[in-house]
Amino acid sequence: MIYFDNAATTKVREEVLDTFIKVSKDYIGNPNSIHKLGFESKKLINASVKQVANILNVKENEIIFTSCSSESNNLAIKGILDAYQRRKKIILTTILEHPSITNTLNNINDIEIINLKLDNNYHIDIEDLKEKLKLDPILVTIHHVNSELGIIQDIEKIGKTIKENSKAIFHVDGTQSLTKIKVNLEYVDLFSASAHKFNGLKGIALLVKKEKINLVPLINGGDSQTVYRAGTPSPALIASFAKALRLAMESQEEALRKVKEINKYLKEELIKIDNIIINSKEDSSPFILNFSIKNIKPETMIHKLEAKEIYLSTKTACSSKEDYSKSLYQLTNNKDISKTSLRLSLSKDNTLEEARKFIKILKENL
Amino acid sequence: MDKVILIKYGELTTKKGNRNFFIKTLTKNIENKLKNLNIEIEKDLSRMYIHYKEEDELLLINKIHEIFGIHSYHIAYVTNSNIESIKEKLIKTVQLENFKTFKIKVKRSDKSFPKTSVELAPIFGGIVLKNKNNIKVDVNNPDTIIHIEIREKYTYIYYNEYKGLGGYPCGIQGKGLLMLSGGIDSPVAGYLAMKRGIKVEAVYFEAIPHTSLEAREKVITLVNKLKVYSCDIKLHIVPFTKIQEEIYKNVSPNYVITIMRRMMYRIMESLSKKEKAKVIINGESIGQVASQTLSSMYVINNVTNMPVIRPVACLDKLEIIDIAKKIDTYNTSILPYEDCCTVFVPKHPIINPTLEETLKEEAKINYESILKETIDNTFIYKEEKNYENIL
Repeated sequence: MIYFDNAATTKVREEVLDTFIKVSKDYIGNPNSIHKLGFESKKLINASVKQVANILNVKENEIIFTSCSSESNNLAIKGILDAYQRRKKIILTTILEHPSITNTLNNINDIEIINLKLDNNYHIDIEDLKEKLKLDPILVTIHHVNSELGIIQDIEKIGKTIKENSKAIFHVDGTQSLTKIKVNLEYVDLFSASAHKFNGLKGIALLVKKEKINLVPLINGGDSQTVYRAGTPSPALIASFAKALRLAMESQEEALRKVKEINKYLKEELIKIDNIIINSKEDSSPFILNFSIKNIKPETMIHKLEAKEIYLSTKTACSSKEDYSKSLYQLTNNKDISKTSLRLSLSKDNTLEEARKFIKILKENL
Repeated sequence: MDKVILIKYGELTTKKGNRNFFIKTLTKNIENKLKNLNIEIEKDLSRMYIHYKEEDELLLINKIHEIFGIHSYHIAYVTNSNIESIKEKLIKTVQLENFKTFKIKVKRSDKSFPKTSVELAPIFGGIVLKNKNNIKVDVNNPDTIIHIEIREKYTYIYYNEYKGLGGYPCGIQGKGLLMLSGGIDSPVAGYLAMKRGIKVEAVYFEAIPHTSLEAREKVITLVNKLKVYSCDIKLHIVPFTKIQEEIYKNVSPNYVITIMRRMMYRIMESLSKKEKAKVIINGESIGQVASQTLSSMYVINNVTNMPVIRPVACLDKLEIIDIAKKIDTYNTSILPYEDCCTVFVPKHPIINPTLEETLKEEAKINYESILKETIDNTFIYKEEKNYENIL
């Protein structure tokens, strides 16, 4: 099997699963119980939070565990709008966001959504950002790494611009970036990420919320890991998150080197094939490679390749019901390209050998 | 090698006889503190040079600020000891520094160097003036003193002096036992005692089931925060429940706290003997609560002849909080878990207890055997759970 759909989700690491099982068996108490069993669970959660906070270089009380990045994104956007009701309801974002941002925004009444201008490399235009910050938006919500094309936004530069020119709160969706590329949260107020994108388990994600930022919870209830998200915390999932993050960070450099090499090879080979256009940019995340094969329906290709046990995706897994890529269409203004795009997404577990095999089989199926 | 941290021992001590011991202890503490960094320590009789990797500078400086016994330090630029290299380095570094007035101070410990300090100062001064705009020499009150120290192999150029944490190197004063409750004051008291070089061990009075494991955890966290400033801190846990229940059952409510504190002092004295500690340290602050009035202190302290050091005795609460915030114990201290002092607080604790009345109340309980049992059951806390395999 060749698994090239790692931006959709990754295979869970053996050690992470071990942690989940061990903690599920050994830490049976509800962390909110005041007896010893509860206390043991709570202590483990505290140790996990500490580990995660240290890795992200934030404070322990700035970590909020959630069930998935979509929840983190919802909590960030709705929580801010609720917490700062007196501010103008203007939100800056881009056309490259994941549906968990765009659909969330589209479902909120009485807000003005403004898309930031992108330059030729699909990076946020800083001058345009400065201009739009004059409108006094409440929130800027953007991706760090876009899930479809792998576009990387410079969150340090953008964050600094926001802080220097406005009161806007800065939310970054880091679902495709954390553990893959360098993440500096110095100017970021809110940051979403999910464990299953870095060989952790599905069902556990986080929102970093800087201490000085207010937030109204989406889910109310009793005591939990934080006041910003009620519900019985899962020590097993939280510990597994901490472990997945640690292991991914430890192998970050090696993974990046490996993935870059594979990405380079794939790009070089794909470009040689007639009718193939690479949609990702030169400086996109090496973990994501988006391309279009003219006149070939991507679904057909997916199923042809799947028969050979090669897995990739058409747009992002979460928006694959539409028949063309909206963001790619907006960027290229070309229906053909946006109707025929395929996404390869890599991980540390992929090999150059797999890439060679993929190219060979792809050619046979054109 | 481009920069070093330069620590002068000058201010370390005025007591000449102890000097070597001070320096040895400080070196050991520094090595211990920086053991995870890629550094190299070089020292002579008057100075220590810490060589480091540029990317570690911020981390290293943060750590320097956690070591008692360093009163000030310099970040020095290093170059070879020949006049051309020195000039070149001076030109380069003078651009990086911010000042309007300066003076040059040359020190030539390598006496084989072709020119004397007096000859060199104007040469270097001229170079500085030529290479930076809008500055002038001011020998009386300069913004910055540019130190140029020429030694046999290397020359060190440094500008500003940075203040360190001060105090004495941890451990040079022998041992003291700190009564650590989990509140705001006692960690600060421990910190200040450590500042004077005392090797602190913490003592926590625990009253399970009246207090929770979370309260203990809080104290462990505080100990860990204090450890940042120390070589190591042992935590003694005193099972205090039995004696506390006995007091509560038999003593008039308004004297409960007075008697309880006397019991604690007795236990502290015994533990000190056992651990060979010379002083008791606590976070009492005059007048803050009923047991900390002068009358209370007099009656309570009466049970021991050991010196009791109360570093925050004369500080206002806000001053204590400032230090607690600075040493990052404040947020832990304010966590709302009851400790053994708050659990049994009567509605009206006596503010002016008398010794006579206290002895009368104390006679109601037969505490000798319970105290002995309590001391025998006191244990040193060991980190029991290691999450290494899990996390």
